[in-house]
Amino acid sequence: MHLFRRATSRSGRRRRGDPIVNRWALLAAPPIAFLVAFFLVPLIVVSLRSVTDVPRPTDDLLANYGRFFASAANLRVLGNTFWVAALSTVVCLALGYPYAYLMNIVRPRVAGLLLIAVLLPFWSSLLVRTYAWQVILRDTGIINTFLLDGRVIEEPIPLIRTTLGVMLGMSQILLPFMVLPIYAVMRRIDPEYSRAAANLGAPPFAAFRRVFLPLSLPGVLAGSLLVFVLALGFYITPALLGSPKDTMISQFIASAVQQRLDWGIGSTMAVILMGLTLAVLFIASRLIRLRDVFGSLEES
Amino acid sequence: MSATRCPVGAAGGAATDRPDRPDRPDRPALVLRGLKKSFGDVPAVDGVDLEVRQGEFITLLGPSGSGKTTTLRMIAGFTRQSAGTIEIDGVDMSHVPPHRRDVGMIFQNYALFPHMTAAMNIAFPLEMRQASRSEIKRRVAEALALVKLEGLGDRYPRQLSGGQQQRIAFARAVVFHPRLLLMDEPLGALDKKLREALQLEVMHISRQLGATVIYVTHDQEEALVISDRIAIFSRGRIEQLGRGEDLYDRPVSLFVADFIGESNILRGRFERDGDGGWLTLDDSRWRVGAAATARVALDGDRAAALVVRPERLRIVDADDAGAVATAAPAVNSVEASVRDVLYLGSTRKYELTLRDGQAATVRQQVGGDERAWQPGDRVRLAWAVDDGVLVPIRAAEAVSSGDLPARTRA
Repeated sequence: MHLFRRATSRSGRRRRGDPIVNRWALLAAPPIAFLVAFFLVPLIVVSLRSVTDVPRPTDDLLANYGRFFASAANLRVLGNTFWVAALSTVVCLALGYPYAYLMNIVRPRVAGLLLIAVLLPFWSSLLVRTYAWQVILRDTGIINTFLLDGRVIEEPIPLIRTTLGVMLGMSQILLPFMVLPIYAVMRRIDPEYSRAAANLGAPPFAAFRRVFLPLSLPGVLAGSLLVFVLALGFYITPALLGSPKDTMISQFIASAVQQRLDWGIGSTMAVILMGLTLAVLFIASRLIRLRDVFGSLEES
Repeated sequence: MSATRCPVGAAGGAATDRPDRPDRPDRPALVLRGLKKSFGDVPAVDGVDLEVRQGEFITLLGPSGSGKTTTLRMIAGFTRQSAGTIEIDGVDMSHVPPHRRDVGMIFQNYALFPHMTAAMNIAFPLEMRQASRSEIKRRVAEALALVKLEGLGDRYPRQLSGGQQQRIAFARAVVFHPRLLLMDEPLGALDKKLREALQLEVMHISRQLGATVIYVTHDQEEALVISDRIAIFSRGRIEQLGRGEDLYDRPVSLFVADFIGESNILRGRFERDGDGGWLTLDDSRWRVGAAATARVALDGDRAAALVVRPERLRIVDADDAGAVATAAPAVNSVEASVRDVLYLGSTRKYELTLRDGQAATVRQQVGGDERAWQPGDRVRLAWAVDDGVLVPIRAAEAVSSGDLPARTRA
C-alpha cells in the first residue's frame, strides 16, 4: 500500500519543457504490455463472465451474485476464508515479530543466516512442502508414530484435517511476508531511541513497549496486510491439511470451474473475493495513514 | 525516588550563582577512576581519571576519535567499560544499568521520540518514575516554560525546528532532576548563529538549575564559552584539565597548544640555565622564563617547543634589533618577513614567514598605535619572555609533525 501511495504522490508535476513521456519510461512498456495482456484482460473477461454466464437466460445482470448469496454454504465458506486468513495473520505475527526483533539485535552475520532460514521455504515447491506436512502430521505420521511408540499417547492425536494443520502449513509459507516488512522497519529505528528511553529511566520492557513497539507498528501493519491478503487466496494448503470446515473460497472457485464447468458462478466468486480484498486494502490504506504519525522514522 | 526532589521552577530566579542544593552534600558529582574501553584491540579510552564538583560545567573537548564520546557513553551506561570505575554522587555506578543511573542525556540528534508530542516526551521520564498525573502536568509545563516553548507541547518533533527540538530535548533531560546532565555535541546540528545563542542559553539554564553538566564537543570556541573547566582529550586520555585560561595561557603539551586557539610554535632543543633556560635552534636562541621551565619537567638537552600566542607577539622594524637587544633578556625576538596582511575588522592578522621557512601569525588590535606593515616588509617578531610557554616534544609528535612548519589553527 505504501508503494501505491508513493507512486501517486510522485506521478506529479511535469516541468515546462520536459518531454511528455520520459524516455526511460519506455523501459516500462514491455512489463506494462505483459500485465495488460495476461492480467488486466483476463480480469475484465472474468468480470464480464460473472454477469453473462448464467444458467438460464435472464435480464437480471446480477443473477449469479443472487445465486451466490442465496446459498448458506457459500456465505459460510466466505466467512471461513476471512477467519482462516485472520487466524494465519495472527499466527504469523506472533511468530514473525519476535523473529524480526531477533534479527534486528543480533550481529549482521547472524541476521543474514536468520534471513536465509526464513526464506528457505521459498526454495521448495509449495506442493512438496504441503505434502511434507501431511507426512509429518497424519495419524501414521512422524509426530504421532513417535508419541505412540514412546507411550506418551494411546490414540493418535488429530493433527491433520484440523485448523491447526492449516495454520502450520500456511504460516510456514506466509511467515517471510510478515518478517521482512517488520524487519525493514525495525532496522530503520535509530537505536538511540531505545538508549534515550533507558536513559530517561525506562526498564528494558517499558522502553520496548513505550518506544520501540510503537515505532515498529508500520512494519506490523504492512506485514499483517500482506499476509492477510495472500492468505485470502489460499487453496492447496487448506485443501490438503484442513478439514471440510476449513474450506476456503478458492477451493469453491476451483471446483465450480473444474468439476462443474460453471464459469459463471466461478467468476462471480472470484469477483466477490477480489472486491472484498480491495475493500480490505482500502480500509488498511486509511489506517496506514498512521504512518504519517511516525513519519519522522523515515527522516532519521 | 527522584520524583520527590525539588521541582524545576524552584531553582528559578535570576540567580547567576549556582544554588547550593540541600540534598547534595559536598561530595564530587562524578568520579572516574582509571576508566578504559577497548573495541577489539583498539583502545578508545585509555585510562581516564576525572573528578567533577557539584554544579560544575565540564567540557570534554577533543578531535573525533579521541575518546570523549565513548567516555560520555560509559558514564550514561550505554557502553560497558573494560576497566575502571564510575562513581556518581558518591554511588558506584560502574555496573548499574542505564535506566537506574539517574543521569539525563541530550543526544547529538536529540533522539526525541517521534511518535510522542513534545509534552509526552518531557513527561516520559516522570512517568517512568511513577509521578502522579497532576505533578507530571505541572512539571511538564514548568519545563516547557524553562526552555521558553510554552504552547508548543502538542507539537510532534517533526513539526518543530532544529532549535526547538534541541530545547525540548533539554527540557526532557532536566525535568526529572538527574544527578548529572550529559550532552553529546547537542548543538552540532544547528547553524552557527543559533548555536551561539543556544550556547549561552544552555549555560544559563544549567547554572539556574544548579545542574552538573558533562558536555562533549569538538568545537574549542564553544568549550571556552560555556565551560567551568575543560578536559582536553587526545588518544583516549585527558591531556590537560583546567579552566579555559589555564589551557590557553599554559598548555602542557604541543597538542593542547595546537588544539586550543592559534599558536606559534618554535621547535628547538632546551637547555636549563639557572631558574629558566634557553631554547636553541641553529644559531638562534630564545630565553625561557622560570615559570614556564618549572611547569615542565625537562632536564638538560631535550627536544622542546616554545609556544607564543599570536596576540602576544609584537612586530618591530628589523633595524630595531638594537632596541630589542637592549630590552633583553626580558624580550625574545626572531627575524621574519610579512607574507600576508588580513584585515578582520577589530583585529589585523599578519601571516609571516620566519627565516627558516616556518610560518607565524600575529594578531594586532586595529586602532592601537601599532604601525601597519605591508607584505614583503622585513621585520622582527618580539615577545616577552614570560609570554613564551615551554612544552616538551614527545617522540610521536617529533615524527608526525616534525617537518611541518609552526602550525596555526583557527
